[in-house]
Amino acid sequence: MQGQGKTVIKVGLSTCGIAAGGYKTYEAITTAIKDNNIDLILKKTGCIGMCYLEPIVDVIAPDGTLFSYGAVDEDKGRRIVSEHIRGGRPLQDSLINNERESVVGGQVRIALRNCGIINPESLDEYRAAGGYDAVEKALRVMTPEQVIEEVLRSGLRGRGGAGFPTGLKWRFTRLNKGEQKYIVCNADEGDPGAFMDRSIIEGDPHAVIEGMLLAGYAVGASQGYIYARAEYPLAIVRLERAIKDAHAAGLLGENILGSAFNFNLKIKKGAGAFVCGEETALIASLEGERGMPRLKPPFPAEQGLWRKPTSINNVETFANVPWIILHGADKYAAYGTEKSKGTKVFALAGKMNRGGLIEVPMGITLREVIFGVGGGVRNQKKFKGVQLGGPSGGCIPESLLDTPVDYDSLTRTGAIMGSGGMIVMDETTCMVDMARYFLDFVQKESCGKCIHCRLGTKRMLEILTRMTEGKSAPEELELLEEIAYNVKEGALCGLGQTAPNPVLTTIQYFRDEYEAHIYDHRCPAKSCTELLTYTIDAELCNGCRRCVKRCPTEAIAGEKKKTHLIDQEKCIKCGNCADACKFEAVKVN
Amino acid sequence: MTASAKMLETGVIPREQIDEIIENYKGDPSAIIPILQDVQDQIGYVPRDGIAYLAEKLEVSPAKIYGIVTFYAQFRLQPMGKYIIMLCEGTACHVNGAKLISGAITDELKIRGGETTPDGLFTLEKVACIGCCSLSPVMVISGETYAKLTPETTRKIIKEYQNKDITAAVQN
Repeated sequence: MQGQGKTVIKVGLSTCGIAAGGYKTYEAITTAIKDNNIDLILKKTGCIGMCYLEPIVDVIAPDGTLFSYGAVDEDKGRRIVSEHIRGGRPLQDSLINNERESVVGGQVRIALRNCGIINPESLDEYRAAGGYDAVEKALRVMTPEQVIEEVLRSGLRGRGGAGFPTGLKWRFTRLNKGEQKYIVCNADEGDPGAFMDRSIIEGDPHAVIEGMLLAGYAVGASQGYIYARAEYPLAIVRLERAIKDAHAAGLLGENILGSAFNFNLKIKKGAGAFVCGEETALIASLEGERGMPRLKPPFPAEQGLWRKPTSINNVETFANVPWIILHGADKYAAYGTEKSKGTKVFALAGKMNRGGLIEVPMGITLREVIFGVGGGVRNQKKFKGVQLGGPSGGCIPESLLDTPVDYDSLTRTGAIMGSGGMIVMDETTCMVDMARYFLDFVQKESCGKCIHCRLGTKRMLEILTRMTEGKSAPEELELLEEIAYNVKEGALCGLGQTAPNPVLTTIQYFRDEYEAHIYDHRCPAKSCTELLTYTIDAELCNGCRRCVKRCPTEAIAGEKKKTHLIDQEKCIKCGNCADACKFEAVKVN
Repeated sequence: MTASAKMLETGVIPREQIDEIIENYKGDPSAIIPILQDVQDQIGYVPRDGIAYLAEKLEVSPAKIYGIVTFYAQFRLQPMGKYIIMLCEGTACHVNGAKLISGAITDELKIRGGETTPDGLFTLEKVACIGCCSLSPVMVISGETYAKLTPETTRKIIKEYQNKDITAAVQN
């Protein structure tokens, strides 16, 4: 639905757009439109995925021509109105049409089909884009069994990370007897460095609701819950609005679209516990308990929320479902590999040139994702590794970059598909420190119920910390591996069982870095501050005092035009001096 | 006066306010997490006396409520500063130098994660991931996101908040 003969301006207002100053741009454009007295349509939209170019502003001419602008600040926003809209001269330097084509054009956007295109706060726009047609189709011409069959045939697997076939989960939930059944949407996206679910909810909340409706119809549930991360306030606001609008339009509640199907939806805000992404812990949290996992079986499909059959699926999984029902399983299954069908959304971050959100068909190689869509490593640095699947995943080295992105191939490398976080690291990232970072995270988030996770992660963290400080004993590497295998085997839930993955994969692929820390007390990436010394090369220093001014602890002494000296006692190794020096006189060892 | 300020002054928990929150959830003990979230939203934190009062009202043990409060990272047992600095320690921020930002904040304000400055102006909270990884490293102060930080810009931003507060005090 475009502007019916009017020009349309769209401003990307997801968390990433807003963080980059999107609201200020939106305000500036609003004022400029008023001042220039122009009749056009200004609206908000979600994230197109090119987060590194936010705030993004799209101008769509009445004839449908798209002009996409990147990094639009207030001034540029005003100029778009005065020069482009009013003067008819697009701002050539700021157009990102070509880049948009090279990034977005190579993608297959199914879960993200509406993100960055429609206004997420408008039910009308969602419907105009084919929204709720799948529910209509299912309710009119499909039995619940047929819906399950279609999803099963599409090959859709859980996009939260574990990759369990969605249709099978629904079938189990349907087959288990019970008057009351539940659908739960897991929107507790806790992996640090992953923001697929946030972006989908912020950019297309109705897609998630529609997916849940279809799930409810399929399994015979009349109540759904969305367990959303409290750290995502905008996502929650947009969901609340979408639920209200869907209710008012008769798409939620009793007798949906005149059928006998009833479905109600409630949002439950998480309270900040990573372990609640684990389904049994999530259930405990929904019931008002501490979010501690329990042993499976029984699986939630048998005894879930309030001990009733429950299907728990991830945000991205739900967002795929309406498309599958509408376009058919075959069309979805045409993408991907034999065992991993369809597409997957990835959040690209770290030392990546084009950080953001992408959706690609399964089976594409890591190299194509990182160096193709992602634009390669920032600042011409050398690629070192990519972390997939957050704290539960692993780190894949350059030699394995041609691994296809599918559940099974990734598992074979020691990493996992995970929820879709992809963090790229370059030569300045220390792998021992990365392992320490993830263990620190998992250790803080361990619920403490089982010994393997509670104590095992703690002991592993202590060893890794000693390594990054150059204080570990040679035999500790072996001990670290031994504990890692024990935790993997013995932990109660997914959090503990996968916690050793970052450690084991970095040892496997980057053993030399561990050895440099242990035997030489040296950090090859020059990242572990405890192992670094900053000195000034007297030959190269010309005494400009630039570093003296930048030092936060007054550790550098030296008069103008005389060689400066760093007081090692006072130095906190922040690296400011090396940044400040224009003559490369500050040496790091 | 805010509920929080009033409570700090009088030391008495606003019972009617808590009653109202419980009423919104029809006294359902399984709604304990949203009830605590509302209490914290309105009062600014979960006061210890409030836990005892909630336990009595909901007919559960104070230990259970305390267990929940301490399990979830969101709940706080102490009042917060006027400005809450949420520093992201997600993976992307970590590889892009969040440690240096944390160092700059600690150096500038002499507080670490979870602590509040003695003047009650700032609380530093370290969070796992805010979800704007491509703008890392980031921090959020009172809802405003600051992206692509360096130690210098971080110090500057903090000073701006300090100055803002001084200006506000003078104007009042």
